Amino acid sequence: MTEMAKVPDGFGRFGEFGGKYVPEALMGALDELERGWEAAVADRAFSEELTRLRREVVGRPTPLYEAKRFSELAGCRVLLKREDLAHTGAHKINNTVGQVLLAKRMGKQRIIAETGAGQHGVATATAAAYFGLPCVVYMGAVDVSRQNLNVIRMQMLGAEVHAVESGSATLKDAINEALRDWVTNVEDTHYVIGSVVGPHPYPELVGALQSVIGDEARAECLELTGALPDEVVACVGGGSNAIGLFRSFYRDQDVVLTGVEAAGEGLDKRHGASISRGEPGVLHGARSLLLQDDQGLIAEAHSISAGLDYPGVGPEHAWLATSGRARYVAIDDHQAIRGFKALAQSEGILCALETAHAIAYVLDTDVSGTVLLGLSGRGDKDVATIAEVLSR
Amino acid sequence: MTALLAHLSGRVDAGAKLLVPYVMTGLPDRVSFPAAFAAVAEHADVVELGLAYSDPLMDGPVIAAAGERALREGVGPRHALDLARELPAGVPRVVMTYYNPIHKMGEAEFCRVAADAGVCGLIVPDIPIEESGGLRSSAAEHGLAWIPLVAPTSSRKRVESIAATATGFVYAVSTLGVTGTRRSLSERAFAVVSACREATDLPICVGIGVSDAVQAVQAAEHADGVVVGSAVVAALLETGAQGASAFLAELRSALDRMSV
Repeated sequence: MTEMAKVPDGFGRFGEFGGKYVPEALMGALDELERGWEAAVADRAFSEELTRLRREVVGRPTPLYEAKRFSELAGCRVLLKREDLAHTGAHKINNTVGQVLLAKRMGKQRIIAETGAGQHGVATATAAAYFGLPCVVYMGAVDVSRQNLNVIRMQMLGAEVHAVESGSATLKDAINEALRDWVTNVEDTHYVIGSVVGPHPYPELVGALQSVIGDEARAECLELTGALPDEVVACVGGGSNAIGLFRSFYRDQDVVLTGVEAAGEGLDKRHGASISRGEPGVLHGARSLLLQDDQGLIAEAHSISAGLDYPGVGPEHAWLATSGRARYVAIDDHQAIRGFKALAQSEGILCALETAHAIAYVLDTDVSGTVLLGLSGRGDKDVATIAEVLSR
Repeated sequence: MTALLAHLSGRVDAGAKLLVPYVMTGLPDRVSFPAAFAAVAEHADVVELGLAYSDPLMDGPVIAAAGERALREGVGPRHALDLARELPAGVPRVVMTYYNPIHKMGEAEFCRVAADAGVCGLIVPDIPIEESGGLRSSAAEHGLAWIPLVAPTSSRKRVESIAATATGFVYAVSTLGVTGTRRSLSERAFAVVSACREATDLPICVGIGVSDAVQAVQAAEHADGVVVGSAVVAALLETGAQGASAFLAELRSALDRMSV
């Protein structure tokens, strides 16, 4: 796969996916961001500062954890990359400290973000507080009610949380509202997108900041087992934790890369499986695979997990899927809850419902050999949702 | 030269200021839409037919709510083109739509269907020139004028490149932000218009935030005309076709008084 090295191209295209489908008003800001990122990457002081932040603020490296009792249940050797142990409880902080550091370097005065499950909002609010920048987080009204703990966390961190009532009042609508804010305040505001979605250079930028997960995990796996894993598994909503993990293995052709999407109530009902059941379209600034109707209206996704409740997916995943380098499967709400309980009771780890989809895949599928699984976040935020489902 | 440009140039050469109102296709409802269109078209040089979309990220509350209402009426982008086809000929109409419905239908097919429905131009607010090459070719093939947007943040070089793609008029975005009424016209509107003027001889219309006759006149002092969206949609939904007509009549006569 020599062509892996050539993506994305200068306009952010991963094959036929990606690009910059935005209003003209944002083009200047995207160019500025691209140049700012290139300059930062070339600056040793920036890299050193990012490394320090990862160590002191995020708590990296996160451990690679051999899940022995869960492995017995799953019938394969399962290694968990513990992003739940990163500060604020999920991989999202890897991206936000990097982006807010970049925003500060570029002289931006104000930070905005969208959030679905609230993890990205909390991570952005944390980074903004650390750097002393005001922060506004847009969150769908449905998510505000199902992830209330995270709303309170963001407020305690000094962020303003705006509930978005339009559309399906979930993640996609929060992104729309954040983009409206950005179009209005583009000159002094940096928009911290939370996943490998959006217009170029965001998918590349977020992917690069999250690659620390895979870079660490690959080395940790070699050290622990003396070999690469047979399969790398991660849940996929927008897809940032999966890209962060997958990128480090692109050249390792024998390593199977598996992304786990949300099958929600089932693939023939409401779900969030943009790759398994979507088709090409343009949403939030990029061409990718989307859930949409026959007129090109974006469909409402569904998942018990707010972080997977998104009708699109990062363009790099669309490209990995169509090129065949990664495979994508879907796990439904019930399987995810079973996975959540299985991990909790075999390992003493309450994982996020997003992660529980990847856990359930390993549990319910005939996977063999050594599996490296991205434990993207902790599940405290989800216990009310799970309690409600189990009491029905 | 596109039919739309010929029409607009004729009006501008005759000393007129252009009035370009926006309607959400399918409102107030399917049945009364033609009457609403007629009431708006009566005072217009061109009418913008908005196509409702699920994720209108350039729209403020008024047009976003109008779009949601149109979708509840069952008027998605395809149905909107069906409704357009049934309108009587007369005042030119252009389509304003987000890109994904075009992508879904296919660029060439969308342009064919739109032209067949009597549409003579296209405004797509969520793609920049770098992504619109294929669509512009298809539009040209079907005689649809391309109406690009220039933003206050567009560099001089971008303004030149954007203006060079225009085959109808240039849409000068008056301010940073989404559609919606504003208390006053942004100072930046004039800078955007003069940047456009240096780049093109085509008509230039100022849009986003033009809310009343006073602002329309201010905007038209520097430009060739104005696009009025949220204020028209609000008038139509709050006071009906007659109210919208009265609102636009006021704008029309204010603009006509500027004519030499």
